[in-house]
Formats: sequence, C-alpha cells, structure tokens
Amino acid sequence: MRILVCIKQVPGTTNVQIDPERGTLKREGVEAIINPFDEYAIEEAVRLKEKVGGKVTVITMGPPQAESALREAISRGCDDAILIGDRAFAGADTWATAYAISTAIKTISDFGVIFCGKQATDGDTAQVGPSVAEMLNIAHVAYVRKIEEVTEKFIKVQRMMEDGYDLIETPVPCLLTVVKEINTPRIPSLKGKMAAKKAVIKQLNAQAINADTSKTGLAGSPTQVKKVFAPEQRTGGQMFEGEPCQIAAELVKKLSSDGLI
Amino acid sequence: MPNKINIDTAKCVGCGSCEGACPFGAISVKEGKAVIDAAQCRLCGSCVQACPVNAIVMQKEETKNGIDKTQYKGVWVYAEQRHGEISSVVYELLNKGSELAKTLNVALSAVLIGSNISQKAQDLINRGADKVYVYDNPVLAEFQDDPYSCILANLIKEEKPEIVLMGATNIGRSFASRVAAKIYTGLTADCTALEIDLETKNLLQTRPAFGGNIMATILTPNHRPQMATVRHKVFKEAQAVKGRKGEIVNKTIYAQTIINRTKFLGFFKDESADVNISDADIIVSGGRGLGNADGFKLVTELANLLGGAVGASRAAVDSDWIGYSHQVGQTGRTVAPKIYVACGISGQIQHMVGMSSSDTIIAINKDKDCPMVKAATYSLIGDLYEIIPAIIKELKNKGK
Repeated sequence: MRILVCIKQVPGTTNVQIDPERGTLKREGVEAIINPFDEYAIEEAVRLKEKVGGKVTVITMGPPQAESALREAISRGCDDAILIGDRAFAGADTWATAYAISTAIKTISDFGVIFCGKQATDGDTAQVGPSVAEMLNIAHVAYVRKIEEVTEKFIKVQRMMEDGYDLIETPVPCLLTVVKEINTPRIPSLKGKMAAKKAVIKQLNAQAINADTSKTGLAGSPTQVKKVFAPEQRTGGQMFEGEPCQIAAELVKKLSSDGLI
Repeated sequence: MPNKINIDTAKCVGCGSCEGACPFGAISVKEGKAVIDAAQCRLCGSCVQACPVNAIVMQKEETKNGIDKTQYKGVWVYAEQRHGEISSVVYELLNKGSELAKTLNVALSAVLIGSNISQKAQDLINRGADKVYVYDNPVLAEFQDDPYSCILANLIKEEKPEIVLMGATNIGRSFASRVAAKIYTGLTADCTALEIDLETKNLLQTRPAFGGNIMATILTPNHRPQMATVRHKVFKEAQAVKGRKGEIVNKTIYAQTIINRTKFLGFFKDESADVNISDADIIVSGGRGLGNADGFKLVTELANLLGGAVGASRAAVDSDWIGYSHQVGQTGRTVAPKIYVACGISGQIQHMVGMSSSDTIIAINKDKDCPMVKAATYSLIGDLYEIIPAIIKELKNKGK
C-alpha cells in the first residue's frame, strides 16, 4: 500500500512572543521541530507499512528549511519525501493550505491511507486534515486512537470522543488524523539517519502541481488575520503560607466568601 | 476596500425619501440631514436608489470570488447532539448567536441532525432559536462526517446564512472543516470571543494560537458564510423560556445528494471517567508532586467532596498513575471549570494552556516560585499531603 503522511514544521516552543513594535511574532532563535502530533502520524504510517507492506511518503508544505523536518521523518522510517513550496503558497490559511496539499496529493494516484496529526501546535486548528480529505473526495476519520483492522479495501478504527470512543469502518483510500494515545514513536535508527542524509527530496511548486494560484496563499485564503495580541495575564493572586490547618481554613473561608462553595 | 455607506451632507436636502425607502429603519432625518444608523444598516442599497439628489454614496467591497454578500442573511447554530442529547455547548452558542443576530437585526436559526430528535427542536426555540431546521432520519443516528457535512453544506447553499457557529468539539471540529472546504469559505477554529464589526458587518473571531500564548482576531471578509467553531464553556448558556414561539422546518434527506462512505460500528463508553472533565464545573488535578499513584486517592476524595472531576498532568499520566482520559493540557483536554485545583502541578506551559481559562485556580505546591502558583488565584504553599487532608477536614466541618 502507498501510505502518505502529512506533517508540519512548527516552532519548538509555544512560548512565542509578540514584537511589541511591529505586532508580529518573534520567531528568531526558536528551533524548528516536527509538530509533536505529527510524530504519532509518522509512527503509525510506518507501523502500517511494516504490517501490510508498501512504502511511506512524507509530505509537507513550507519554506525550503522545512526539508529538515522531512529528513527527520525519513530517519523515523518514511521512504521518500515531498516538499510543496512556492511563494504563491505563502500566507495560506487552512483552506488554502488544504487546497495546495490536496492538489499535490492528486499527482500521486495510487495512495491508500493518508495520516495526519490531530492538529499542529502553532495554529491549533485541527482543520487541514479533514479539509484535505474533502478536497480529495475521500472519507476521513479524525481523532483516531487505534487501528483495529486493516485490509487493502477497508480500515477499522477507534475514534476518540469526549465520552469514550466510536468504532468506525472506512473504505481505503481515506485520511486519518491521529491522537497521542495511538502509539509511542520510535527513536530514529542509525540506518534511518543514513537514509535521511542521502534522500533526495522531491520539490513541487505551484506549476508542477498545476495549482490555481487564485486559490493559494494569502490571495486564496478566505480568512485573514486582523490582529495578533498577547492574552491578558492573570495577576493579583493571593498566597497562603504557614500551618496546613490554618491555610486550609483561610482558603475555605475565601472560597465561601467568593460564593464558590 | 470594506463596505461603506455615507451621506454627502453637502448634497442632502433632508427630503426623507431615503427614510421611507429603508427596509430596516436605519435612516432618519435629523436637523435637516439624513443620518444612517450603522448598527441597523444592511447595505442593501435601497436608499441609494431612492435619493433624488444622489447624496448617498455606497462603496461595496469588491469580492474576488464574485460573492454577493448581501444575499447572505441570518445567524446559524449547529445544534450538535450525541446519543440523542443536545450538547451543552449548543446552548452557549444560542446565547452568543442571539446577541450577534440582534446586532445584525437578523434571525437566529438552529440546524438539528440526528435520529428521533424532532422533539428537541422546541427546546432550541425555548433557548432562543427563531427557526429550527430538523433532519430526523435513522441513517443519521450517529455522527459520521460524510452525511452530516453533505447535509449542512447543502442547506447552507440553499438558505445562505451569513454566520454559522459550531461547538469546537471533536464532532464540530471534524466536520466543520469538510463543510468549509466544500463551500469554499473561511472557518476559524476554537474561538473564545465573537463580535460584529459595526461598520463592515464582518464577524470578528478571536481565538488563541500557539497554545494560548497569542490571541488572534480573524476575519472572513470576502466569503460567506463566516464559519467558526467555538470553545466550550466560554459563553454562558441561554436560559430557556418555556413555550417561546419559533418555526420548525422538517427537512427530508434525498439519498442521491448524500454520500456516506464510512460505517458506524458502535460506541464504547469510557467507564474510567465518571465525570467528563470537559463538562465539569470543578476539577481537582494531580501532578508529579503527588509522588505516586496512591496520591490520586487523596485527589479523588477532595474532588468527590467538592462534587468535581479528577484531572491530571501529563507527568502523572505518563507515570501510569491515572488514565489518559483525565489528562489536562495540550496533548490532553482543554478545560475551563469554575474552580481548578492543581495539586503538585508546577504548571508547564503545555499544562497551563489546557486550564488557564478556569475562573478560579487554586495551586497547592511546595515551590512558591513555580508558574502554577504565579497564575493561581489562591496558592497554598507546603506539603500537599498535609494541606489536602486539612482542606478535606475543613470542608467536612463546614458541611456539618
């Protein structure tokens, strides 16, 4: 089976700050990593390959430096990689991102299962995966916590819900977004690291995937960011120190006068 | 260029033709000149045509996609149900939705999809919906992305609402994306504030990003409807008014317009979590500071006494002291209870983003310099194995 996994390179910390003068994000000096949720997607894709055979292609959309995320994915067991990049894709929102990724995936005709992490830690939207599935006109299941059964024709998965899980069967091809609970990602092997070093990353630009550039990047994005700002910080907390009995009594008195208990 | 409408006061003769022409009562003549009430104006253009001296100038936004935004009217709420029960986030959306609808001077509608759920429509009307579209069919009994997204997208194409709100739940976030992809419109995830820009009538959608370290206000200026998923517990629930009047529209599904590729094989309830932490008003959480799995007995005792649920930090879950369904934080659940008690949780950023919008935070920790203590409303410094029993004792005494 040809297995795809879509990943995103994100800042290594969510502790980003706003440049107070320009109102933009300070990204300097922040290390770029594979979105933590995508590590579970990579692992699950590689496990599926080990079970049913085939190969795993890892895909990302981003600037040239996103190549390092693809190489790391290869070190974790992916076979080859595609970098979708073009200035025409810059500033894309979730719709325009899904459009570019799905258009690129259409150039791969024989894929079976596409894996994504449930969301990325920078945007936190969880929207690109299901949108890609819609644009490819295939089924998707979000929040997958376990694959119970796989054949060439269908796949049976557990979908994590707030109150338990749903058991869903979906035909192949399909797209699955996965949660942390699904596996424990492996550490890159020495062989994997060698392969990552040697791998030739396939580059696809807007022309190569025949994208309609009125639907890509900032111009193709239905949403626009009006402003970014720092959230209000909590201040004015009260600290109690001393004898446990005494501070416990003070707390209960406070909560009771606040009308909370 | 945003939508704008202005009266050229040099040309206006105060004849009142526009006042009569306005279907929304947005124009009045004051001191001999026409004045437009921006909050009421829908930019329909009736006044522009009625004015005999061409004193009203309207600039309509050039939409790249050729959408006539004025055709899109009304605020919608997707009335999510699970196992036949309306999710509480829907009542919160009806409250916010009715406020937005009032500002825009339009109706508030709800869309209900499921099986054997028609009787819930009046409940939605009681909570503020003027109209409820009901799709009641056995094939819709359980949530599946394909049929639900087809139905909602088709109804949006037919009825053209300007705003569609959905809960930022697993269901909402999964199929809202498909709907927005189908109709090529903007979708803003996990909003925590919604407001109408009075001048342009656009919906200002504010949401956290980067795990809550940054807030962003998002617009969908040229596409309609403006779709948003909204975080649970951010807005207050709409109060029910018994016997409120509204319209119920029973819709039929046409098999040829609905695809359904997946099969729903069953639901398996999480028995370990008696209380769903996403819904709990009070959460008592334990972290690394507990030192061992037994510590959760104490945490559970306090939670039970307060009538709350038990939460945990990732460190506690990774140590196998408690199940993953209790995990609060970036890789777990996002919660916003009235009271959050953090026992032995230092407050790493990944945990904080999952609970920082709680109303009252109580930190019980040895380290008075840890981030949780800094963020807390009340902090108790010391050994949690002494402090928690003391609180339990105090609460029991109070209860007597």
